[in-house]
Amino acid sequence: MERLLYKGNISGKSCKTQHDINFYKKQTRKILADCGNINPEDIEEYISRGGYEAAKKAVTEMNSIDICQEILNSGLRGRGGGGFPTGRKWLLAQKEINDKKYVICNADEGDPGAFMDRSVMEGNPHSVIEGMIIAALGIGADEGYVYVRLEYPLAVKRIKKAVEEATKLGILGDNIFGTDKSFMIHVMEGAGAFVCGEETALMASIEGKRGMPNPKPPFPAQSGLFGKPTIINNVETLASVPGIIKNGALEYRSIGTKESPGTKTFALTGHVVNTGLIEVPFGTTLREIIFDIGGGVTDDEGNLDPDGFKAVQIGGPSGGCLTAQHLDLPLSFDSLTSIGAMIGSGGLVVMNKNTCMVQVAKFFMQFTQNESCGKCVPCREGTKQMLALLEDITEGKADEHTLEILYNLGLAIKKASLCGLGKTAPNPVLSLLGYFREEIETHVMQQRCPAKKCKSLLTPVVIEEKCKGCGLCIKKCPVGAISGEKKQPHFINEALCIKCGACIEACRLYAISEGV
Amino acid sequence: MHKHDLGQAARKFAKVCEILEKYDYKSDKLVPILQAVQEEYRYLPEDVLAFIATTLDISPARIYGVATFYSHFALEPKGKYVVRVCDGTACHVKGSNPLLSEIRNRLNLPKGKTTTPDLLFTLETVSCLGACGIAPVVVVNEEVHPLMTPVKQLR
Repeated sequence: MERLLYKGNISGKSCKTQHDINFYKKQTRKILADCGNINPEDIEEYISRGGYEAAKKAVTEMNSIDICQEILNSGLRGRGGGGFPTGRKWLLAQKEINDKKYVICNADEGDPGAFMDRSVMEGNPHSVIEGMIIAALGIGADEGYVYVRLEYPLAVKRIKKAVEEATKLGILGDNIFGTDKSFMIHVMEGAGAFVCGEETALMASIEGKRGMPNPKPPFPAQSGLFGKPTIINNVETLASVPGIIKNGALEYRSIGTKESPGTKTFALTGHVVNTGLIEVPFGTTLREIIFDIGGGVTDDEGNLDPDGFKAVQIGGPSGGCLTAQHLDLPLSFDSLTSIGAMIGSGGLVVMNKNTCMVQVAKFFMQFTQNESCGKCVPCREGTKQMLALLEDITEGKADEHTLEILYNLGLAIKKASLCGLGKTAPNPVLSLLGYFREEIETHVMQQRCPAKKCKSLLTPVVIEEKCKGCGLCIKKCPVGAISGEKKQPHFINEALCIKCGACIEACRLYAISEGV
Repeated sequence: MHKHDLGQAARKFAKVCEILEKYDYKSDKLVPILQAVQEEYRYLPEDVLAFIATTLDISPARIYGVATFYSHFALEPKGKYVVRVCDGTACHVKGSNPLLSEIRNRLNLPKGKTTTPDLLFTLETVSCLGACGIAPVVVVNEEVHPLMTPVKQLR
């Protein structure tokens, strides 16, 4: 038996139950509690664990204001990134008088490095549907949409199956739970546009238009899908709702912090020993997440490296990079906003000391530039210029003004963009300028990349002890920058070298290093 | 038009009509309609788009706008095997770029093209597949290949 048990990767001790494993010990699994423990394609398993009790309670014992008030009291905040109080959003829509209202589940989780919503939809799709039913009862809607990314085929399949099964049992459709209320859900697949995660763009996409955002106000709660009052909530937000209705707002508030109650799921990835989905109460520190749950930072080969930590990217392309000084900061919506980052949807990408932060910022800028819908000028043109400036830096063409232009441009885009995508696009760069000033200045002033990742800033160097003077690199060099006698160590002329790397590839003795 | 040509044209659009029928000829269902068309033809042929525009009574410009806005839609035929390399944050940090250039080299893709001339392979990048725990990821058609390295053989 002993040999089959999971062994802790640090202590080497065998773990008898899941709770002995460090990865799980520090987690509080609420939303993910049943993921992996029930068959997501069988509604009976969800019901046997108390599923749809909250929806039944909402439909038979509560009126719409009670429902919204309970959610407001719980302090639940939107998990999609903004952190807007869910109850307040619902009350806004509840007050509107209209014959038609909609509930939309935003499952267009496009942030690179985030997969919380996918896991909830694949592991426990009925919890999302139950949340939607309660939301519909709360605002008085009779139709709902789940907008899922096309890149998540399994999530699409499971949520469709769940809707089908719930309809069969009379939980969805006409006269739900035998009352006079009705609620039906459509599942719609996205078509590969990141901006559709923005609520007004998402609605445009459902209406069969280009997924471009619209100015707010009017807010969707007043005039949303097809001009009707609409609430849009993230998958995780909706999955939290049944628990609040079932156990009450007070119980929900017992976990987490005062301003950010409850738990949050994070997708922990990158250079960390244990990657995967985690759920912790708000107020947990990054140190606990990365070192206790994640098991520490790894080097490029995947081995544990105790001093390897350099930064952690939180909130995807709209968040920022945090450094060692933030490791003990309790995570919550407000604590992160105050230091120029955001929880976003909850992606956590850990980076070790071999990562070049300028390259990381460039990567995110490239992403937002690609995904910018092109409607407003600050985002469309601004992200392009910011990307060009970052490219200048990595290619050694930047001068002392580049950083200042980059900073001012970033602030302008933040202020003037139409939607959340543009407003948060400069965050990765601004946090780089704030927390990794030294590294970026080294790139600009000394034309050097400390992490040795910016190819254009590296001049190859011959390692004299290894070079046998075969002359192969001399033949391969396209600009004649290498010279040297036969059987004597060769020499690379820095002034002529174009940094193409041909010599590194040609050398059979690995005698040419990427340089400094 | 010659009678024979008409028959052929009718056959060609029969599938599209079926799709349009399924979505009740509603223009707000344009995105799912185009998705179904693309699944059928592997891309969005121009005459089919024109046909949809006429049937739904919307301008071809609007359809073109939607078709070019979403990255999933292709106006040129895609290859039999669609190789999608994930370039999300986690995959990027773990080296998706060398992977991408290696595949490009092996497929012998001409510069600026994403599909091989024999219509066998199409190479694409996607922003994130949500499989970051097993980065870097490559998906060939619907099959997911985790933890790829440039050396691992692709088919």
